[in-house]
Amino acid sequence: MDGTGHTTLAEWSVEDDAAFEAAVREFAGQQELGYIGTVPDGPGKATHVRALPRDADMVILRRPIAGG
Amino acid sequence: MPAVSGQAPASALPELASVPWRTPTDAAWLRRWGRVWHAWTLLYTVPFLAAAAGMVWLDPLATPVALAALAHAWIIPELYAFRGASTVRPKGPRNEAAEAVAQGLLGDFLGHEERELQRDTGLALERGGLGIWLVGEGGALLVTPGGRRVHCFCVGTTEAELPPSDRIAHLLLALRQDEVGFATVANHAFAGAPWRVRRRLPTAMRPALDAARSAAG
Repeated sequence: MDGTGHTTLAEWSVEDDAAFEAAVREFAGQQELGYIGTVPDGPGKATHVRALPRDADMVILRRPIAGG
Repeated sequence: MPAVSGQAPASALPELASVPWRTPTDAAWLRRWGRVWHAWTLLYTVPFLAAAAGMVWLDPLATPVALAALAHAWIIPELYAFRGASTVRPKGPRNEAAEAVAQGLLGDFLGHEERELQRDTGLALERGGLGIWLVGEGGALLVTPGGRRVHCFCVGTTEAELPPSDRIAHLLLALRQDEVGFATVANHAFAGAPWRVRRRLPTAMRPALDAARSAAG
């Protein structure tokens, strides 16, 4: 999620190793920028991921939150 | 396997590392602070009421001063409630060009009724273990089970330029990941009766608090 609403950074499939490797590099680059990987797990649940899960339908990169 | 003492569980919100001194804001913490806020409200209201009554009883000529004391007894709780309601008021840049895209993504995270409520009121209703949450752009309200008390939290993303719906989506994802962690990272601003917060909310947001109270009751 970013200032444009959201941007698709990478797409991959379980079978496509090259696409997954590219997605892993992109994911790592975003983590270095401070983004946090989160996988929505259906109603009311989400999981923080430190490494890109190959079988996830969608991984959302969000900024940290803080008390205002 | 139990977590090693001193280490956060794998599901813990990463942002907790920035507030290591805070006690987890769990149900017991919320009950305790709810009572503290209740006692605090009595402490700064009752003396003014007693002083007003005492002055009129001692000398009716002191009525204007007694009225001033009554005004204090009314204004101070109102200011605290206003502070609580302000946590979810719309704030920051609107970023209207990107808001439609962000609204679409946020809508994907919500059920049908919650999506409609969010579009009408600006607050996303989320059922949690601690109660019913209403998540706004820069804060959240928590209606505790039974619907008799609301806790107000000030919390937001560290990137203020995001469109409003993205800011809500950030908070919603963090809340879904670790509810107690979310409440711990947030700054607790107020606790009190829902009617006190409701009257200080923007009119458009009030149906969301009504829905949360209904869901919590």
